[in-house]
Amino acid sequence: MPVSLEEILKISHLARLHVDPEEAGQYAADLSSILAWVQQMNKVDTRGVDPMAHPLDACQRLREDKVTESDQREKFQAIAPRTENGLYLVPKVIE
Amino acid sequence: MAQWEAVIGLEIHVQLATQSKIFSAASTAFGAEPNTQACAVDLGLPGVLPVLNYEAVRMAVMFGLAVNAAVSQRCVFARKNYFYPDLPKGYQISQYELPIVARGQLEIALGDGSYKVIGITRAHLEEDAGKSLHEEFADSTGIDLNRAGTPLIEIVSEPDMRSAKEAVSYMKKIHSFVRYLGISDGNMQEGSFRCDANVSIRPAGQKELGTRTETKNLNSFRFVERAIDFEIARQIDVLEDGNEVVQETRLYDAVQDETRPMRSKEEADDYRYFPDPDLLPVVIRPEMLEEIKQQLPELPGEKALRFTQEYGLNAQDAENLVLSKEAAEYFEQTARNTNAEAKRVANWVTGELNAALNQDDLEIASSPVSSSMLAKLLNRIEDGTISGKIAKDIFRSMWAGEGDVDSIIESKGLRQITDTLEIETLVNQVVRENPAQVEQFKSGKDKVFGFFVGQVMKITGGKANPQQVNRLLREKLK
Repeated sequence: MPVSLEEILKISHLARLHVDPEEAGQYAADLSSILAWVQQMNKVDTRGVDPMAHPLDACQRLREDKVTESDQREKFQAIAPRTENGLYLVPKVIE
Repeated sequence: MAQWEAVIGLEIHVQLATQSKIFSAASTAFGAEPNTQACAVDLGLPGVLPVLNYEAVRMAVMFGLAVNAAVSQRCVFARKNYFYPDLPKGYQISQYELPIVARGQLEIALGDGSYKVIGITRAHLEEDAGKSLHEEFADSTGIDLNRAGTPLIEIVSEPDMRSAKEAVSYMKKIHSFVRYLGISDGNMQEGSFRCDANVSIRPAGQKELGTRTETKNLNSFRFVERAIDFEIARQIDVLEDGNEVVQETRLYDAVQDETRPMRSKEEADDYRYFPDPDLLPVVIRPEMLEEIKQQLPELPGEKALRFTQEYGLNAQDAENLVLSKEAAEYFEQTARNTNAEAKRVANWVTGELNAALNQDDLEIASSPVSSSMLAKLLNRIEDGTISGKIAKDIFRSMWAGEGDVDSIIESKGLRQITDTLEIETLVNQVVRENPAQVEQFKSGKDKVFGFFVGQVMKITGGKANPQQVNRLLREKLK
């Protein structure tokens, strides 16, 4: 399953990763060979096997509905680039 | 002109009424100072792990049971990937292939006495995002993450609705269900209950669906109705002009009463879902399911049926009353404490009380006239102290906080006149003073009779017992 150059540019954009156009070809080749390797799995007969959602053979523990977190806004905002009036500030997002 | 048919499906987001968030132990209380209820998990700081809240699972299961849906024995959380500043992790934890609630259904009343079954495709658990404040800063957007991580269920309907009215009935029914179940406060102003509407148009009789648009974040029943009506008209115009409907996301502008395309990035739909490795599959064991089943309260349908059997109400009255859990409870408390017929109680609750609540924009819980006050008022009609008409005046006085029924009757002298002699005197007086009308009546103009009744009522300020006035006038004019 070869990965095209366009796909590399699209998924890198979706993931907000900067990929140099010169390197895109290399990524396409690498990813294509990784997918080809995994593709061997298609030969296995998986009829009657439930799709695996998690490698651990266990199920989720549930937490009691209790508020135990206290307000630590000051600590969190001390490491934020910009804050004002208790809000985190980010570059303007226009709807 | 071709006959067009609208096809509508709704996605309803319901905030669950848990104390803490779905994956963290921060509070979900509404209205706190910005970011004081956003902990490390909600902020998506490195190294944190989500831990699922039992109560959110229980509430979602309860909803599934209430709409006769298949509740999954095993469900899986998935990451829905997109970038937006109010979603700090870069993904929303949601469910994709294996939601907690699979197919169910709900019956809605169409208002003409008929019913329609609306399919529910699925309902899944997910976390809410934070809030972006665009207006307050010139060059920045402010982010409040208090809401991030609040548990939601998203309820997806089949495209089974054919008009805005049907869509609103369905939405109201879901709203009443979540209130009955106690799984959400359903507060639409605060965003606890909101809806996206998928609308498409096709020529009547055609099987394939037309291209649809999705109108986002409708947070009132009225807006849902208006936005859908607008979309239907707009799409019909587009098609009749020979153009094609563009598949897109739109926003409803309540001020302009129109929908507009959202100016956001086109690739936003590419969410690249995959199972969240931070969360194990959730297994709902039969014992847990059984335990939750036992907690199910009486639902609107059952309650309406019981009201027809226990109180002898007709189906329409019963349906109207059970729409709101609080109205149904108010009705029952009143009916239990009065000698008046249940039918009369129902009329007062859906009539006078409802009108007064609407006028003052109040919830029934904050009604100035309590159920016991209404019960006493109805008792006074029943025992003949006041007429039904005077009762309405007294109701308004009680609403305005002027006291209870008996003190208002005393202070305003509203006691009904039932003394035959007194009424007879008035009847005689009215007949004596209006000889022309007496002539008319005797020459066969029956309608004039109403004039005489009106005169007696006028003199007594509406306090004369109407039945007695009628009887005595008939005798006098015979």
